[in-house]
Amino acid sequence: MNVWQFMLSHRVEIVTATREHLVLVLISMAIAVIIAVPLGLALVTNPRWRAAVLAVASIFQTIPSLALFGFLIPLPFLGGIGMRTAIVALVLYALLPILRNTYVGLTGVDPAILEAAEAMGMTEEQILFRVRLPLATSFILAGIRTATVITIGVATIAAAIGAGGLGTFIFRGVAMVSDAVILAGAIPAALLALLADFLLGLLERRLRVT
Amino acid sequence: MNYDLSNVIIEFRNVEYRFPITASRPILAGVSLKIYQGETLALLGQSGSGKTTLLKLINRLRILSSGDLLVESRPVRDWDSIRLRRSIGYVIQEVGLFPHLTVEQNVSLVPALERWPAAKIKVRYDEVMQLVGMNPADYATRYPRELSGGQRQRVGVARALAADPAILLMDEPFGALDPVTRAELQQEFLALARRVSKTIVLVTHDVREALLLGTRIVLLDAGRIVAEAAPREFLQLDQPVARKFIAASELVPGAAQ
Repeated sequence: MNVWQFMLSHRVEIVTATREHLVLVLISMAIAVIIAVPLGLALVTNPRWRAAVLAVASIFQTIPSLALFGFLIPLPFLGGIGMRTAIVALVLYALLPILRNTYVGLTGVDPAILEAAEAMGMTEEQILFRVRLPLATSFILAGIRTATVITIGVATIAAAIGAGGLGTFIFRGVAMVSDAVILAGAIPAALLALLADFLLGLLERRLRVT
Repeated sequence: MNYDLSNVIIEFRNVEYRFPITASRPILAGVSLKIYQGETLALLGQSGSGKTTLLKLINRLRILSSGDLLVESRPVRDWDSIRLRRSIGYVIQEVGLFPHLTVEQNVSLVPALERWPAAKIKVRYDEVMQLVGMNPADYATRYPRELSGGQRQRVGVARALAADPAILLMDEPFGALDPVTRAELQQEFLALARRVSKTIVLVTHDVREALLLGTRIVLLDAGRIVAEAAPREFLQLDQPVARKFIAASELVPGAAQ
């Protein structure tokens, strides 16, 4: 059976898996953004934590994804089999790109502009939220974009711990030694990644301040 | 003379400034200077002479290492730095307009921070824009990147004037402009300075600009004040650094010898 025949005959299953995949990615990304952006903001006012926080975020990213899922399973609350564990792992992966871009964007603002803000009598907090943050928006978005593409890819592995998604087909295809089944998961995942990259890229360009 | 010699608004008393970390030679040393209400003081000096640092001590962008600095008879260290800065207008060469804000938002920033009522902010925006020769309505929704260098500089001045500060600090405000626009803005500056009756401290490395705009010139060299004169007397000074400046400006024929 070739790929297209397989995909056509399993279209309902594929749509369901794509939806699961999207839900997994969206929830993980939402949590990652909610953690990483404020953390990035906090690092600007507490620079001595910068090295430590970025190092921890980097460590998560160096752990092979399958191993990270495996490590999480025995943990209480966070672990176990299923979607919750998968989300925890995906969030840990997505943190670094968002955090790093947020920090770099916030601290990369033209010093002349920052000095003007200071000279006008803006407080530290006003400078952070009214000057640094708006000027860093496209940077932060670029980080979110990178993280989203990574998450869509890594989320296929979530199927290994029973979280569903497009990875289900990939693992099944590997077990069955069937390229068609693997591709039925891999192609929609790749398309999702390309689409997310394109849309977030558009948004990023629109929000860029020159 | 349109300024009041009995009313000192800023006073440096033997001020020294050195970089907080290194113990190298001071950036400013032994600076004593009275700045009077309503004058335009031109701080003249080469790059590295400490003139910009001197300016930044006034609104506490830099903190002096020793000596005393009084603004409106109060030591700067006793001022709340936010209050101090909001009561002093500041204009810099690269303008420092916020690229993500419109012209109106840029100009209205300090009044907005000060929580003026919206109607009053609007009136003030119109006022200061007219003062710098720009149509308030035409530029309200434009962004800095849509303006020419001269227009940006005008908006920068409008922004500095918005909260009606008594003191205006200007760091080479016309330095980045082409010669024609610069001359134009310098003329407008003169008219403006007469109308607003502010105390203006202007940093420049250009003798002609100092002579044209200053009601008094203070010459800095290697962190020290080496000469102080009215523009008319400045050309006659015997002080060597002053002679060098005058010679380089080619204002006095033969001064180079």
